[in-house]
Amino acid sequence: MKKFFSILLTLFLPLSFTNVSKAAGHMEAEVIHWWTSGGEQAAISQFAEAWQEMGNTWIDTAITGGDNARGTTVNRIIGGNPPTAAQFNISKQFVDLVEQGLLQSLEEVASAEGWRDFIYPPELIETCEFEGEFYCVPVNIHSWQWMWINNDVYKQVGLPVPQTFEEFLAGAPKIQEAGIIPLALGGQTWQESGMFGVVSSSILGFPHMQKIFRDKDVDTLRDGRFADVLNTYRELNAFTDEGSPGRLWNDTTAMVIEGKAAMQVMGDWARGEFAVAGKEAMVDYSCIIPGKEKYVALGGDVFVFPKNDDPKVKDVQLAMASMMVNPTVQAKFNNAKGSLPMRLDVDTSAADACMQMGLDLIQNPDAIMRESDDWNTPAFTNAWDDIISEFRNDPNYTVAQVMDDLEGVLTSGL
Amino acid sequence: MSKFRNIASIIALLPMIIISLTVFIGCIIYSFIYSLTNSKLIPVTNFVGFDQYERLFKQRKWDVAVENIFIYGFVFTIGCLIIGFLLAVLIDQKIRGESLFRTIFLYPYAMSFVVTGLVWKWVLNPTFGLENSMHMWGFSWFQLDWLVNRDLAIYAVCIAAVWQGAGFVMVLMLAGLRGIDEDIWKSLSIEGVAKWKSYLFVILPMLRPMVVTAIVLIAAGVVKVYDLILALTSGGPGYATTTPAMYVMENFFQRANLGQAFAASIIMFISVVCILAPWAFYEFYIRNKYAAN
Repeated sequence: MKKFFSILLTLFLPLSFTNVSKAAGHMEAEVIHWWTSGGEQAAISQFAEAWQEMGNTWIDTAITGGDNARGTTVNRIIGGNPPTAAQFNISKQFVDLVEQGLLQSLEEVASAEGWRDFIYPPELIETCEFEGEFYCVPVNIHSWQWMWINNDVYKQVGLPVPQTFEEFLAGAPKIQEAGIIPLALGGQTWQESGMFGVVSSSILGFPHMQKIFRDKDVDTLRDGRFADVLNTYRELNAFTDEGSPGRLWNDTTAMVIEGKAAMQVMGDWARGEFAVAGKEAMVDYSCIIPGKEKYVALGGDVFVFPKNDDPKVKDVQLAMASMMVNPTVQAKFNNAKGSLPMRLDVDTSAADACMQMGLDLIQNPDAIMRESDDWNTPAFTNAWDDIISEFRNDPNYTVAQVMDDLEGVLTSGL
Repeated sequence: MSKFRNIASIIALLPMIIISLTVFIGCIIYSFIYSLTNSKLIPVTNFVGFDQYERLFKQRKWDVAVENIFIYGFVFTIGCLIIGFLLAVLIDQKIRGESLFRTIFLYPYAMSFVVTGLVWKWVLNPTFGLENSMHMWGFSWFQLDWLVNRDLAIYAVCIAAVWQGAGFVMVLMLAGLRGIDEDIWKSLSIEGVAKWKSYLFVILPMLRPMVVTAIVLIAAGVVKVYDLILALTSGGPGYATTTPAMYVMENFFQRANLGQAFAASIIMFISVVCILAPWAFYEFYIRNKYAAN
């Protein structure tokens, strides 16, 4: 029902605001994004409301699925009918658009407002800056580095809540004996590779990961520790259920919420599902950042502003970019989204225990972890993820073969 | 007069000829040119030779996709022909309620592959499908995990496809069977030939045009299979049920890897030509030549 209303809202949002007074300085903006679930819709409407309060019109083009939304954006840019703003991830996804000169530089507003001084962490500036100019607006930070655990399950079998994957593996057989699925994992490539990323960073640590994914250092990949990661990952996979292939992430989270499964590795957007189910952080469920060194991964979303033949559009785009980084708007947006803001001077008093953990951690620059797609193209990360997914699904795919294939991707120059 | 008619027909065909040349031939040439570049998110003319093809043939995923299309093509074609023919023969026995059965068997064909895929996805899902129902009825030994078993998943896809396509073959064959002269049946029964023998050795060869039509129509569906697999398995588990068409679409729209997608589609095109060319040569050239003689 909620979904139905959000669809209705999406349909009528453009209609219902067309009769807003066409005062001087009235601006109209079309925004393509993929935030369609209940919580996500609530978050994007914070932007829409702030924009409308400025007396402007917000045309909402919500497209299900990031791949589809990005595809639509690119097609429309090439087709000569670009949207005012479009969502991408914090990654190299839009670098081609910048290189081909298809995006509007935001440098004017960025230097006037001093974005470089307040955007935190500074790695976000690197993502958006090309040849000294801003081309995107980071809006939030999402981290993959979480284990979501049902506390009741562990109470029931008489084990303490695990803090690392080793501890989880040690307790898993006992959970299985109790008739509960130890590891809830949805068998889709992005979920499988996401969990693999968390396993590898918690075992290897960020400096090691950086050598592999940024420096493409084959010796680091080959030093034996990565094989440990693969073995751990395979051990973990022995504790999933046979309903796993193709299962959606939120259905998988529901298994942990209902106590059918003990643990899921998922990004911090999973917290929304627990909240909707009325569960309380650290009481009903635990959120654990696994590993000895704890990290916040720098995932999240940005908005880019495609160049338009109409010179008036540029002013609209700069105004919207400025609105998105506004601390008040940032606070409302991120509280609705459950993500971390992209600046520190934002009111986060509504944060729950899990979000607070992330907020505390991100203030420590050493705890900030970047992911493979910060340095690599989608072609590279997808080729890598394919191998990981195949490794999970094919028991005959040996660790030695996987290492060879991963090295192949690393040296492919993709 | 005949010359004028020729010109008139050419003028009438001109729009089609132009569309064919620009859209089909033009797009093939365009795809080929850009398959030689390292285009990522948008097409760029940064030529890298045959690197994309080299990369393509190194992909485990591509090997799996090609293997799958052969398995699917073989099982789907043969399955549809055998089951379709058997259904046609059974319906041909002057049964009661023939039109009802004909409708039931043809009905799946009226459905979109996406619907077929979703229906079978729920039937074959081990946690809430048929397996679960059987367990609840007390048959705890029952196991049906094809969809989540990476070696069998492609056959699960074939089952769904045959379920959809067999009815269509049945209708074609039934039309052929109805066209068989009564006198042939009479002479066969005078000779005392067993029924199954008459179907297999006399009637089936007479249905050759129907069989060829069915094969051509089915084969055209094999190469472009995409929506069924997307709905049924999304190419999983892992990428065990991926196909060349899915590989192309994935690289086009999700992976921002245009060069690779173009290379894969060119290889798909070449393989279709390789399979069709000898057949077309036979059908349109050799047979005509003999017919003329």
